[in-house]
Amino acid sequence: MVIHRFCLSRIFALFIRYYFLLRSSWPRIIEIAYWPTMQMVVWGFVSQHFAPSSPELTAGGLLVSVVLVWDTLFRSHISYTLSFLEEMWSRNLGNLFVSPLRPWELVMALASISFLRTLIGMIPAALLAVPFFGVSVFEMGFPLLAFFSNLIITGWAMSQFVTAILIRYGLGAESLTWVLPFLIAPFSCIYYPLSTLPEWMQEVSVLIPTTYVFEGMRSLLLEEVWRQDLLYAAVGLNLVYLTIGVGTFLFSFRLARQHGLLLQCGE
Amino acid sequence: MNSILQTQFLTKRFSKVLAVDRLSFSLEKGTITALLGGNGAGKTTTLSMLLGLLRPTSGIIRLFDKDFIRDRFSVLHRMNFSSPYVDLPQRLTVRENLMVYAKMYGVSRIQERIQEVSDSFRLDSMLDRRLRKLSSGQKTRVSLAKSMINKPEFLLLDEPTASLDPETTEWIRRLLLQYRKDRGATILFASHDMREVELLCDFALLMKKGKLIEKGTPHALLERYERNTLEEVFLQVNKDDS
Repeated sequence: MVIHRFCLSRIFALFIRYYFLLRSSWPRIIEIAYWPTMQMVVWGFVSQHFAPSSPELTAGGLLVSVVLVWDTLFRSHISYTLSFLEEMWSRNLGNLFVSPLRPWELVMALASISFLRTLIGMIPAALLAVPFFGVSVFEMGFPLLAFFSNLIITGWAMSQFVTAILIRYGLGAESLTWVLPFLIAPFSCIYYPLSTLPEWMQEVSVLIPTTYVFEGMRSLLLEEVWRQDLLYAAVGLNLVYLTIGVGTFLFSFRLARQHGLLLQCGE
Repeated sequence: MNSILQTQFLTKRFSKVLAVDRLSFSLEKGTITALLGGNGAGKTTTLSMLLGLLRPTSGIIRLFDKDFIRDRFSVLHRMNFSSPYVDLPQRLTVRENLMVYAKMYGVSRIQERIQEVSDSFRLDSMLDRRLRKLSSGQKTRVSLAKSMINKPEFLLLDEPTASLDPETTEWIRRLLLQYRKDRGATILFASHDMREVELLCDFALLMKKGKLIEKGTPHALLERYERNTLEEVFLQVNKDDS
């Protein structure tokens, strides 16, 4: 019991470190909510423009909803990775890893702050979509929670690979943070159904959990059918990628200890 | 006296570079030991291995009677570290930094402990200032305060008085001696300041090209090399077979 209490204490210690950082800058907090809100506004007007000619694209607030849900993945990944980068920018990894902090506790703390930052980013945008465009993602109920949770986990899984590379190769690999979500975007079938893609891309898409999330959203919003099979596929793939991701991060950390990279991480 | 740390044949190789070569030494409880050597002698590599930041290629580290290489987490809460080359988060205030690390080390009565280290290191007036607003000397004091937040029994310091003015340096020296006396703590520090070593240390370990070439009290080293200061010993040792 004592050990468990201390694990939580260390995770909480890091969580408040990121919380202190967040609250130290109002522009930062506003920025977290700014981008998803701007995305929602732009795509909301695009949706209004296409509504008369392409109802299949905009019915049930589909376009605005998928934009918001996709941004959840992006925010979850960026929030996780940026918090990790903060440790590198501030050359603090050495201090963290001479403390009793386990690498997996760092993963838990980063995931916790990523969750908080994602909520700060997404809730205002989702709420503003109601008066602006009459689209309430909250009306989806439980499925929204399922889509949201899955994309958050996909974001964390991606972050594991990026942070593993950052630990191994340092800040030179920083740009991967921004690149990776866009790499899977075309395969994720965010704005179009899976059948739109050429066959070879479909073969890749079925291996990506986000594909099932957006197919599930289209099914729910356009046909009002809740496809549990798609949810299970997304959850299953997410668990696989998260497990491989955490394993890769821990392996990279181990390599960093062998090569003496933990003291060198930083600007 | 009982030793808290023993290394045996501790070796670290980075591909073709042998950074630390079969290093064997022990530290007695309650002693202050300096790790000396020129650039590239292997001091930082040795400290990194003793902190668990670097995995040795071979050899043994026993710390508090535990196999530190296999089970470092069972003892990491009993030690701490400060280095001018590792920063604390700059955008957090001094108090926030100390609070985070106090929680990280499982310190009880955190506010009380923050006040104690704040008093010891004269941080009161800067507790609510962001670290990035402080001078480098003030940051060094904060880093030292962080290194004592958990009342470590084993303290590793890398150039503890770097960027401090002479008056503060002298005061930090006294503080370290007092801490050793009060807590019975063992201190290992790397330094280039030979005068500091003479004033502070019970023992000195001299490294060169990854090997331990001398160990003993500062007085014994002066006698062995027939020199008046450790600086002269240091220069002699580095000149001998360079």
